[in-house]
Amino acid sequence: MRAIARTLRRLRRSPFFAVVISVAASTAATTLVAAAAEAHPAGRWTKEERAMLRSLSLASLGPLPADPSNRYADDSAAARLGRALFFDARLSGNGKVACATCHVPASDFQDGLPLGRGVGTAARRTMPIAGTAYSAWQFWDGRADSQWSQALGPLESPVEHGATRAQLAAVLGAAYRAEYESVFGKGTLTRATTGKDGVDRVYANIGKAIAAYERRIGFAPARFDRYVAEELAGGVHSPQGTLSRDEEAGLRIFIGKGSCTNCHNGALLTDQHFHNTGIAAAPGLAVDSGRATGVRRALASEFRCDGPFSDARPDDCAELSFTVTEGPELVRAYKTPSLRNVADRAPYMHAGQLATLGDVVAHYSAAPAAPFGQSELKPLRLSADERRQLEAFLRTLSGPLAAPPGWLEAPAARR
Amino acid sequence: MRSIRSLFPIVAAAVLLNGCMLFAKPPQDLDYSRTRASEGGFYRATIRPDGDSIPQGKLQRWTLHLETAAGVAVDSATIAVDGGMPQHGHGLPTKPRVTRDLGKGDHLVEGMKFNMGGWWVVKFSVAAAAGRDSVVFNVKL
Repeated sequence: MRAIARTLRRLRRSPFFAVVISVAASTAATTLVAAAAEAHPAGRWTKEERAMLRSLSLASLGPLPADPSNRYADDSAAARLGRALFFDARLSGNGKVACATCHVPASDFQDGLPLGRGVGTAARRTMPIAGTAYSAWQFWDGRADSQWSQALGPLESPVEHGATRAQLAAVLGAAYRAEYESVFGKGTLTRATTGKDGVDRVYANIGKAIAAYERRIGFAPARFDRYVAEELAGGVHSPQGTLSRDEEAGLRIFIGKGSCTNCHNGALLTDQHFHNTGIAAAPGLAVDSGRATGVRRALASEFRCDGPFSDARPDDCAELSFTVTEGPELVRAYKTPSLRNVADRAPYMHAGQLATLGDVVAHYSAAPAAPFGQSELKPLRLSADERRQLEAFLRTLSGPLAAPPGWLEAPAARR
Repeated sequence: MRSIRSLFPIVAAAVLLNGCMLFAKPPQDLDYSRTRASEGGFYRATIRPDGDSIPQGKLQRWTLHLETAAGVAVDSATIAVDGGMPQHGHGLPTKPRVTRDLGKGDHLVEGMKFNMGGWWVVKFSVAAAAGRDSVVFNVKL
């Protein structure tokens, strides 16, 4: 008996003992939490959980925010022009690339490829467009601070549209003079093409028209939204608003153990911010520092909120004025994407590094170290069942897009 | 009592091993008062967000009211704003700053934003005639 006590005393002092006990305590804590989850069978949510579900539902999405940097944002003629431009391949160096080439409306305005393909191959995954009017920052690295500023980037990128500003102004003059001048003023296109600043102005206005179109693309309710509405209304579910036991269990992981709502919060399931989540570098691509570089580009852009082509007053540009401009948190941080329709747009991450939704869930469960910078993730250590349930829940976030009738297709050819 | 104390590092290790799930709960005894004394006792500060509740994901303007421990309004002060989520190890998503002295000890703080639910801290570092000191607020979203 004394020998056992002596051995125990020796063990208590050893580091091995601390590890064993901490693992045991960890396991016990996990078991306790699992037991607590059992005490709340699927379909029964606490008051706090119901508040969280409400906040994630599309019904909680506020009205479309104004864009003071684009005075044409809510101009319907500008939106019609923007729609035509969005689908027009003449706005490219080789006459074959339109915005819709990569942002395919029938595929949630993305292309299903790891890297976008225009006149060449881009270094990033094509991002969807729906709901982006709610975001202060565009692109994976937030290098544009408005939808119109974003729309301009690919047009003169040598690997996307590969166009020049002069070429674009010429296309507008030849094909859209009446439409352009009805929005931006009579004679403005003619005057614009006589000087460099004028061409730049046409270029900025192309972005503003495209943004006026894009801001009208949103989300319609998914099965998850109907489930939440019915749950909050008393818990009687229609076939269109029912989640399976696995999907409900996945939802419970999403808002609980998975801590997914740390970043995927709000009705668009994104905090619209930037995070290093330890995604591996894509082979063959140049070093990519994410937000650390993106914020510098946003601040230097001539099309920024407080720049010469913006319609905003300086007071309107608070997101830009108060943005974090340096620090380790920006290194290899990328924008949190919306999870709406996430199951319909593999591959995932900023360069399509993860092929399937299952791979994404496995990544968050394991939380590998970042190639550089510091990953914010902690390992979730989800079981195979939990990973399957979480994935099943994510699939309930799929739903149709919302847009004015016919606006998910190219306008009828006029010429 | 001794055995409870010796368990502390083990519990802490268990918390770390379990990652996000357990550290999502903030400490029980946090003071969420909107009026706090500064750490050195030189000042008393009150935060007044725009509304009753602090919204998530939206830029906000706050008013910071600052007075000395004796209750005299402090108008002339250099005030730096910092903060973050202690349990997540990250700072604020924006770089807020005091943009205007509103008089009567009130200072306008612009650029406040919280992009996640949970426990945040916001720290105001004050340099004024009464001395250098800082005041820390706990904020729960």
